[in-house]
Amino acid sequence: MILNVDKDTHFSALNSQVRNTSDNNVTINGCMGQRYIATGSSDKLITINGTPGNALGAYLNGSVVVVNGNAQDATGDTMNGGEIIIHGSAGDATGYAMRGGKIYISGNTGYRAGIHMKAYKELRPVIVVGGRAGSFLGEYQAGGIIVVLGQNKDGLPIINNFCGTGMHGGVMYLRCDKLPHAIPGQVRTEDVYGEDCPELVAIIDDYCRYFPEFDRDKLIKANFKKLTPNSDNPYKQLYTDN
Amino acid sequence: MDTFIPAEYEVVRNSELCIACRVCERQCSNGVHAYDKDLGKMTADSTKCVNCHRCVCLCPTHALKIVKSDDTYKLNANWSNQTMNEIYRQANSGGVLLSSMGNPNDYPIYFNNILVNASQVTNPPIDPLREPMETTVYLGKKDVEIKRDIQGRLIDNLPPQLKLTTPIMFSAMSYGSISYNAHESLARAAEELGIFYNTGEGGLHKDFYKYGKNTIVQVASGRFGVHEEYLQAAAAIEIKMGQGAKPGIGGHLPGSKISEDVSRTRMIPQGVDAISPAPHHDIYSIEDLRQLIYSIKEATAYKKPVIVKVAAVHNVAAIASGIARSGADIIAIDGFRGGTGAAPTRIRDNVGIPIELALAQVDERLRQEGIRDSVSVVVAGSIHSSADVVKAIALGADACYIGTAALLALGCHLCRSCHTGKCNWGIATQRPDLVKRLNPDIGYKRLVNLVTAWSHEIQEMMGGMGINSIEALKGNRLMLRGVGLNETELKILGIHHAGESM
Repeated sequence: MILNVDKDTHFSALNSQVRNTSDNNVTINGCMGQRYIATGSSDKLITINGTPGNALGAYLNGSVVVVNGNAQDATGDTMNGGEIIIHGSAGDATGYAMRGGKIYISGNTGYRAGIHMKAYKELRPVIVVGGRAGSFLGEYQAGGIIVVLGQNKDGLPIINNFCGTGMHGGVMYLRCDKLPHAIPGQVRTEDVYGEDCPELVAIIDDYCRYFPEFDRDKLIKANFKKLTPNSDNPYKQLYTDN
Repeated sequence: MDTFIPAEYEVVRNSELCIACRVCERQCSNGVHAYDKDLGKMTADSTKCVNCHRCVCLCPTHALKIVKSDDTYKLNANWSNQTMNEIYRQANSGGVLLSSMGNPNDYPIYFNNILVNASQVTNPPIDPLREPMETTVYLGKKDVEIKRDIQGRLIDNLPPQLKLTTPIMFSAMSYGSISYNAHESLARAAEELGIFYNTGEGGLHKDFYKYGKNTIVQVASGRFGVHEEYLQAAAAIEIKMGQGAKPGIGGHLPGSKISEDVSRTRMIPQGVDAISPAPHHDIYSIEDLRQLIYSIKEATAYKKPVIVKVAAVHNVAAIASGIARSGADIIAIDGFRGGTGAAPTRIRDNVGIPIELALAQVDERLRQEGIRDSVSVVVAGSIHSSADVVKAIALGADACYIGTAALLALGCHLCRSCHTGKCNWGIATQRPDLVKRLNPDIGYKRLVNLVTAWSHEIQEMMGGMGINSIEALKGNRLMLRGVGLNETELKILGIHHAGESM
């Protein structure tokens, strides 16, 4: 199904068409900030030409969403499965509390990406950012994998302040030689070479299938900072029974 | 070196009645009771006693009682024994004091200073035994314009509603904080009563999906167990922004309480801490809240009401106004007496405001702004009895949530030790040997009994006022009078003092 929309199309009208169609292949042309597209969707391929609005693919449960353009805030909120592929940049709070599936972004992402990302059994969510990420990346991370490749050309640092505050699970790979900001004491930092990490190589290989413009070898033959929770120095407050 | 803290309560055993059957020993998860072979009798270590009364209730010869210990430090009206003990505990451990259930301190209970009207002579009371008395309420937005089609028939454009046979629901209590059997009891009782129970933020156990039409599921900052099916399974979805027992702080279920089953329900690994951040990190404004509400509505095709739950805090009226405008169908307000499975003592005992005052102000503000019908209001935070329900509705609530009262019906004795996970009544624990003490076949009937009894009492009180429908009681503050309240309190509650007429 092809849906041609413009700035006057209300999100509820658009989304009800997407939700109710039996066609598993939906293309939205001329998207102008319509929110909540593909919310909870489980069995569709949704291609969006234009700029979808906030909360794209919230609670996504298996569908594949391809954005030819930028995405806005709260993409993939509480996502459980599926793929969101963004040929552009994503706004703030990308992948909030996501539990499964993958969000691949060719450009940058804003503040608060991957907050409270988690994992459960076979569900292991992945966010890959081609460029840089804003402050508060991976706060409270409880599981899953966040990769930031730092290919942005604007000279800004790969991450910003407060990366990984409250992290208690999962892993982050940041493609850089030196961290531009201090990392909280509750996060352990390790130097790794991309090619030596099979998990990372597999993710980048998969990522490059969607973004053939990127040179896979260049991406993996690089130094990464690997961030994991520091179990020697847990966040837990000591409580005393009263 | 730890300072010794004497027992607050003393186990007293009547040796003439005790037959040394050792039931008390087997029943106590705190290890208070023991059998001394040499002496041939039972002993007790009162310092371990939490005063849950399990042993007292199960002693076949009624040989036990628990009394307040008369051991005391030198009496001091400024430094109480409790305050001194708290300092010793913190000096011993360096820890943050942790407590559970609601604030037990001596703050005013405004419901107890409010009296209800009754009809005499000029307008007759109604006898609920012989006349119909409507306690059904519908929760949801009711502000839609009435529209008719060409034939003049009503177009049903009413947003989704929750139908309650009586204005009482069970508060949010997560699986993890309470047991499987406690959840089963609540779910079955809600189904039988035609009301709703609330999963809390711990996800919905697979076994309980069948109670979905009587289930409210919660979406909190940790999003535990939240996924598409979970949203679809429920009758309504509650966004938890705050909780009366701990406004402004998040939750932390320690890894030790994440059993295999709890892990499966929350969809997080076993044995790993479950941290709910204090804020939703995607909500910094009413506009952001609106976005979460609409993402839920879109995910559920606008078929289910969305509730936003907040703690009663100083500027709750303005917050409620924002929530009413954010697209929420129902606002739940939890007063400072609300219960919890674990909260820092200082937060529980010092943060928030009484629900009576919060409710009166919220209702007043929404009316002033002409948006009272945009949203239903549900209140919680120590609803002790059917009289409190009646008073809350007359102050402006649509319905009440009960948590502590429901747990009491299941056997809780308010020992306020939920955070230890060793609940002897099988409620606030995940230990299989303790959980099985709560029989859901009995538990659910006790809940049904309680709510049925309260409903009868509500009908009696309404009948006495000459009111035959909950709708006519809602916000009917002329039915209330204050006693022993000062002018400011009366003004905030929007009621006259007893003795004043209209």
